[in-house]
Amino acid sequence: MTTTVAATAGERTGRAVQATMAQALGRALRDAMAEDPAVHVLGEDVGTLGGVFRVTDGLAKEFGDDRCTDTPLAEAGILGAAVGMAMYGLRPVVEMQFDAFAYPAFEQLVSHVAKMRNRTMGAMPLPITVRIPYGGGIGGVEHHSDSSEAYYMATAGLHVVTPATVEDAYGLLRASIASDDPVVFLEPKRLYWAKAAWSPEAPAAVEPIGRAVVRRPGSSATLITYGPSLPVCLEAAEAATAEGWDLEVVDLRSLVPFDDETVAASVRRTGRAVVVHESPGFAGPGGEIAARITERCFHHLEAPVLRVAGFDIPYPPPMQERHHLPGVDRVLDAVARLQWEAES
Amino acid sequence: MTVQELAGAAAYRPTPPPAWKPLTDPAPLLPDPEPYRVLGTDAAAGVDPDLLLRLYAELVRGRRYNAQATALTKQGRLAVYPSSTGQEACEVAAALVLEERDWLFPSYRDTLAAVARGLDPVEALTLLRGDRHTGYDPREHRIAPLCTPLATQLPHAVGLAHAARLKGDDVVALAMVGDGGTSEGDFHEALNFAAVWRAPVVFLVQNNGFAISVPLAKQTAAPSLAHKAVGYGMPGRLVDGNDAAAMHQVLAEAVARARSGEGPTLVEALTYRMDAHTNADDATRYRGDDEVEAWRAHDPILLLERELTGRGLLDEEGAGTVREAAERMAADLRDQMNADPPLDPMDLFSHVYEEPTGQLREQEARLRDELEAEHGPHGSETEEAR
Repeated sequence: MTTTVAATAGERTGRAVQATMAQALGRALRDAMAEDPAVHVLGEDVGTLGGVFRVTDGLAKEFGDDRCTDTPLAEAGILGAAVGMAMYGLRPVVEMQFDAFAYPAFEQLVSHVAKMRNRTMGAMPLPITVRIPYGGGIGGVEHHSDSSEAYYMATAGLHVVTPATVEDAYGLLRASIASDDPVVFLEPKRLYWAKAAWSPEAPAAVEPIGRAVVRRPGSSATLITYGPSLPVCLEAAEAATAEGWDLEVVDLRSLVPFDDETVAASVRRTGRAVVVHESPGFAGPGGEIAARITERCFHHLEAPVLRVAGFDIPYPPPMQERHHLPGVDRVLDAVARLQWEAES
Repeated sequence: MTVQELAGAAAYRPTPPPAWKPLTDPAPLLPDPEPYRVLGTDAAAGVDPDLLLRLYAELVRGRRYNAQATALTKQGRLAVYPSSTGQEACEVAAALVLEERDWLFPSYRDTLAAVARGLDPVEALTLLRGDRHTGYDPREHRIAPLCTPLATQLPHAVGLAHAARLKGDDVVALAMVGDGGTSEGDFHEALNFAAVWRAPVVFLVQNNGFAISVPLAKQTAAPSLAHKAVGYGMPGRLVDGNDAAAMHQVLAEAVARARSGEGPTLVEALTYRMDAHTNADDATRYRGDDEVEAWRAHDPILLLERELTGRGLLDEEGAGTVREAAERMAADLRDQMNADPPLDPMDLFSHVYEEPTGQLREQEARLRDELEAEHGPHGSETEEAR
């Protein structure tokens, strides 16, 4: 179901420019709103200010306050209102300002957004996209750096999507808004300003939700990761070549649905796997992913599936966060353990 | 330049910040201290007799529905039933003031409002029966799913009404909540959003005295629940919830106000739940017989009957006809609830996502295997609940 998004003729230069993930997300919102009048953006400070990360910059000016709405400061109210809007046929895109600020809306998300299709036997799907900036590494004070993906993954009825590249930021957000199912769209904060060559004018591929991608092919072991940890893993894979290790890096892009095929195919090839994410490891996504790999690839494994995750602590203050976030060294240590156990 | 020089400079004219001014004059928003009444007052003479008779028929039918549904819980045909006996005037009025294009957002106690709006009596019990959740298409009837979490449906009503207005549609949403629900955060957020957006919403609080067992005095310190409206910038109305004519009038005014673009209204109906919270509750643990008896004298059906017979609009024959119609509805409901509904276990996976995830497909296959092992290859197609 890969579709393309046509750019207007006047803009079609096809020339790649340096763009940030924040710009690509904003462009995705703009294009979705231009294409479909049912798409509405709402949240705190999304209008005049353009969002605290400026992702919604210019939308209120272009589409008016009714399409890009500064709401009262109340997350349950924002998401609850979005439910009603979706019930009436709109496609709301909600911005939760920061990860930990989304928790007041948790009941609306879990009890209503995730369940409405099921409760009504398919009569009333809710096409709501909940954008949540998540993760640390930007020096935020407490409640501004949580990795909350495990909560959403544990809720049936939600898709959980997280881009790691500028291109995917655009493509996956377009797909999320187009989806008739609710999507929790997790935006890795520390990649908001990472630039990449990207051509917003050229037709951009809209990536269907649910497919992982191999970002770097390799043969010694597979690093399985997503969102903010992708650059860490790619850097680790480069560094590992000095040790003679050829690491494959899989970017999940979608945590729900989970792409078992791509992950299992890679691990069967390499025989070794490390799951890398910055959210706490205990009862975290890595445990589920490791179990799925073990169930499917047991006879291909040369070593136990390892996890490199954040510590099981409340997100630490900015001056301490570098000790918490899994970096290149911690990933390489895990890879070394895989090799050692294989040799023993 | 020194501070003294600055202060002495002729050009220095500090502008004081603007004086604080309330955005809204609170006086017209305040509810009257006494609940609004129509029946038994001079105002009753102005009410259309046909409306009174229609309300009467619906109240009697509603009372019978409550009794029948409660009986069905005792027979194990319903998993649970939160009765609205004593509150029928609120339920019926809420349904009757809405146009077909409007939306009703009921709580779990408001089955009767959904039935009075025209929903099939059996369909309205789907959730409480335990076979499916909502059981009807909300868009077809413009009735949101009966809401079990408290007050979470109120922001939905606001969002829907707001969306309708943005689309240029002349639609009002009426959202129902109990006194206990007014303590929930979603209640406050919904009222605030509705007022700020001037959304065409009517909030109906049925204050029936208890949140399961907790009396109002432990729920709020406000003079009344209707008073809460003022803080959000909308009018609050206090009404006798057992007076069907008053309920209809106050709600109709609030709906008209919403429809004309004047924004939301909070209506508090003072009423009483004659039965326990649900069939699983023991009301004798938290309230005395005296209190229940006192409310029995203020029964919504009694109040309306007195008005109708006093004005010669209803005689024993007319009342008998109404009761017979209610009996027929009850008998029909009994019959239809006697058989277990046919259920397909594979439906468990049908409506989680538009397209099942790979993980769900695996689980679906496992259940199909289990059913086939149990019932043969077609077991999954015809499996019936036991």
